[in-house]
Amino acid sequence: MAKVHVTTTINGEPMEYLCEPNDTMLDALRGPLGLTGSKEGCASGDCGACSITLDDSLVCSCLMLAVEAEGRELRTIEGMAQGDKLHPLQQKFLEMAALQCGICTSGMLIASDALLRKNPRPSEEEVRFWLAGNLCRCTGYDKIVRAVMETAAEMREAAQ
Amino acid sequence: MTELRYLAPSTLDEAIGAFAAAGSAARILAGGTDLLVQMRSGAVKPGLIVDIKKIDEMTRIEQTADGGFRIGAAVSGMALHDHKSFGKIWPGVLEAVNLIGSKQVQGRASAGGNLCNGSPAGDSVPAMVAAGAIVTVQGPQGRREMKVEEVPAGPGRTNLKPGEILVSFILPPRPACSSDAYLRMIPRTEMDIAVVGVGVSLTLKDGVCTAARVGLGAVAPTVLLVEDAAKALIGSRLDDAALAKAASACSAACRPIDDKRGTIAYRTKVAGVLLKRTTAIAAKRASGN
Repeated sequence: MAKVHVTTTINGEPMEYLCEPNDTMLDALRGPLGLTGSKEGCASGDCGACSITLDDSLVCSCLMLAVEAEGRELRTIEGMAQGDKLHPLQQKFLEMAALQCGICTSGMLIASDALLRKNPRPSEEEVRFWLAGNLCRCTGYDKIVRAVMETAAEMREAAQ
Repeated sequence: MTELRYLAPSTLDEAIGAFAAAGSAARILAGGTDLLVQMRSGAVKPGLIVDIKKIDEMTRIEQTADGGFRIGAAVSGMALHDHKSFGKIWPGVLEAVNLIGSKQVQGRASAGGNLCNGSPAGDSVPAMVAAGAIVTVQGPQGRREMKVEEVPAGPGRTNLKPGEILVSFILPPRPACSSDAYLRMIPRTEMDIAVVGVGVSLTLKDGVCTAARVGLGAVAPTVLLVEDAAKALIGSRLDDAALAKAASACSAACRPIDDKRGTIAYRTKVAGVLLKRTTAIAAKRASGN
């Protein structure tokens, strides 16, 4: 199969790669791009472990073709911390032990960040519905939801 | 292995030309939330993928001069949600579209894909049927319009002709005191496939229902327009007797399958129950308009 050349922007950096027309964005991230923070859980859009943003819209990278990234802007978990400084959500997940095995964590963080960018003051119900597409088999979700709520409150205070 | 080609044309004519020329080996890519799963499982092995999202008309939400809406077939659920006025005018259509999958899926999945995937349980379809949506399709023979309920032909099949692509949904202008609602029955709160789905759109005048349409999903090989249920509602004050009659009409229209999600008896009963609840929500919204 003829490989396709794709030019895109990932975490603010211009990037290019070669991919097969039927490769998913997750294949490209974890393969030629070496960005293995996005995880493959189900590969059918049910678990959210591969969550990224595509032009600020939250998507599953397993449900997107790698060729579709041409000319678009993507953000992955690798772009969340600023150098050594963790994003407030990452810091809070650590402090509140909102993870155990960690497989779902990058997807949870990307999805939570997408929520807080859209809605800085979510209710607990809104957080739970927003994260319904991110499966976690360890925590029982409670610590994750509380960490997101707490981060939202602190980010609102910091913004004042 | 067949060579797979990917095309992302910027004009509809180009898309139709390539799609029609490739015949049954071609697949349309809108959000891809069904197609990529089907490719991954090996159920579909396309020779050509035509990505329609670079075609302006496919991704546009437009309020027409008469107060209706034209929604491109590839508009994502999230884009529809974020539109400033659509959800106020068509809350039932919006809530149905926003029940499709997770937020991640809504960032990509479209009402056009939901319709063309041909699932009897597609959530947006009963709401679009209730709304009286018309679809525009275009193929090598030109452009034509179809009622949305005429599109599904059976599980996984549509009545689009070879080479035809769904272009947009047209929703009619709304008279005063009109609204709509969609409810589905699932065994959990999120991320599941409807056991029964009911869409109701209605207009009230001085407490009397003057117009109604009912769409019923997941209880027959295709989503149904239940005209007898609408007839029972029209002319009534949505009293218990009218609701009971409309509920019976919904149950009578059911030709469901028996599976792990619900038995025939259960789906048939729930269709009537949901009709009453959905009508109540639509009526409450309409009386506030």
